[in-house]
Amino acid sequence: MGGILVYALTNEGAINKNSLGAVSAAAKAAGELGTEAHAVVVGNVGDDVAGSLGSYGATKVFRAKDASEGLAAPAVDALAKLFADNDYDYAVFGGGLLGFEIGAGLAARVGAGITAEVTGLKVDGGKLVGQRPILGDSLISESNYKGKGVLIGRTNAFEATQSGSAVAVEDITVETSEQASKVRLVTRGEQRGADVNIEDANVLIAGGRGLGAAENFQLAEDLASAFGDGAAVGATRAVVDAGWFPYAGQIGQTGKTVAPKLYVAAGISGAIQHKVGMQGSENIIAINKDSNAPIFEFSDLGIVGDVQKVLPALTEAVKAKKGS
Amino acid sequence: MKIAVLVKEVPDAAVEKRIDPSTGRLDRAGEKNLNPYDQNAIEAAVQLKEGGAVPVEEIVAITMGPEGAERALHKAVSLGADRSVQLTDDAVAGSDVVATGYALAKLIERESPDLVLLGQQSDDGESYAIGAVVGEFLGFPALTQVSKFDVSGSTITAERQAEYGYDTVEVDLPAVISVSDAINEPRYPSLKAIMGAKKKPLEKVTIADAGIEADKVGAAGSKIECGNFTEPPKKAAGEIIEDEDTAATVEKIVAWLDERKLI
Repeated sequence: MGGILVYALTNEGAINKNSLGAVSAAAKAAGELGTEAHAVVVGNVGDDVAGSLGSYGATKVFRAKDASEGLAAPAVDALAKLFADNDYDYAVFGGGLLGFEIGAGLAARVGAGITAEVTGLKVDGGKLVGQRPILGDSLISESNYKGKGVLIGRTNAFEATQSGSAVAVEDITVETSEQASKVRLVTRGEQRGADVNIEDANVLIAGGRGLGAAENFQLAEDLASAFGDGAAVGATRAVVDAGWFPYAGQIGQTGKTVAPKLYVAAGISGAIQHKVGMQGSENIIAINKDSNAPIFEFSDLGIVGDVQKVLPALTEAVKAKKGS
Repeated sequence: MKIAVLVKEVPDAAVEKRIDPSTGRLDRAGEKNLNPYDQNAIEAAVQLKEGGAVPVEEIVAITMGPEGAERALHKAVSLGADRSVQLTDDAVAGSDVVATGYALAKLIERESPDLVLLGQQSDDGESYAIGAVVGEFLGFPALTQVSKFDVSGSTITAERQAEYGYDTVEVDLPAVISVSDAINEPRYPSLKAIMGAKKKPLEKVTIADAGIEADKVGAAGSKIECGNFTEPPKKAAGEIIEDEDTAATVEKIVAWLDERKLI
């Protein structure tokens, strides 16, 4: 039938919002292609939750109940089986770590072309085309598939829009591949470090490797205090992995998505993985030593300088201004 | 244990990257270097060897690329690989991710390693998919973005950040592990290691040597065609201040904030 299959990532009985966006985008493209978008969940996901994918445009929802949630290999098995049974032309993913892994595994297994970091789906000449930014987002490239295609969205690229109603869930039985039998999830979604709330902040001071050391996060904390209520401190993945800042404060692809009124990027280079989590901020100030850092390409005010010098001075200036 | 590390030569970070309009592919002319993310994979292999939790007999660096790509292998060897293998064959030029993963899997099969390591992404292609593709072709479990792992017997326990926090996953060897750049700080090669690198064995193979089917690689064997490059709408360039006098700089920042009622 040549339709589109969308993988819906789930955790603790809820569907990931990027997956809802992927279902919405795929359903719209399927309409233009004159075909259908179906969705699949992996793991013991409730009927209501799985069926709700219909509200975002999926006309059928499959569930691989016995497969392990949160791992790529069992999901590849489930999607490959559905590809074999239903002869889909395309698979669409909302992105994220598992999206990349499952999409790549599926493409290899079914012999599909693969595009990562897709920000737009286009229908051209009866075929699905994936649009992705390349070379530091300076160009948009279009991927055309000779046969089947796997399209993996960039985090936050697709918006979830409701366009249908809940559908019944069809359970499928999947044979376990050799590689899926050799991987086991020990723990999932462990939160490390203190709980910090960055999603509700109006002003966010985010620190990256350029801060130089864990203790220099105090400089970011001081600036946040100077701004007062509604200001908080966040961090990049690199410094969270280095143990400088708690995971709950991480901004980016594998962290929170934020859109404060003011975002101050202190010692952050601005890798795509970080950008996707903060580019919706209203005003972006970047402070970085390296004048070639990508962050300056999407900041409103860029300071080429040493964060360790600029931050404390700015803190004093903000305090003085607030006090006046 | 035998470890294979996949490496790639990429345009140096300082080189302005562009698409060659005649081929629709990345123009790979200019100064080149070992993909910086691959250094994390080599370092992880070397630390495993030095750590002694499992005996590591050999670390083999494997690449696919044109003649000049041997420089990436010399660098890999200077950083700790014992020898290297290069697939250099015109037939593989223009391979997409799946075709590249297939060819690399065939090269890996010749070596029968217990562990395949690679970096989280290539600096030029901006793709994070190759590890999972290679794993699929080999029938090995594959994990990407691993920021910490331990080997115990024939099991690897790996940690990584996924969508909801830190995940801990166990895989049975042989396995493919793509490491994140947070896993270690790659060391600098010693002068002696740099000088000695060219003397270590470097085996050049063709697709026939590796049993790679010609119709599954190269532009013809690829399932994707990229083109129709367009420039995205540009965000108006922001104002830039060079911090020469910090007092003056912060005064400008405060004025900027004040103008926008952000303070």
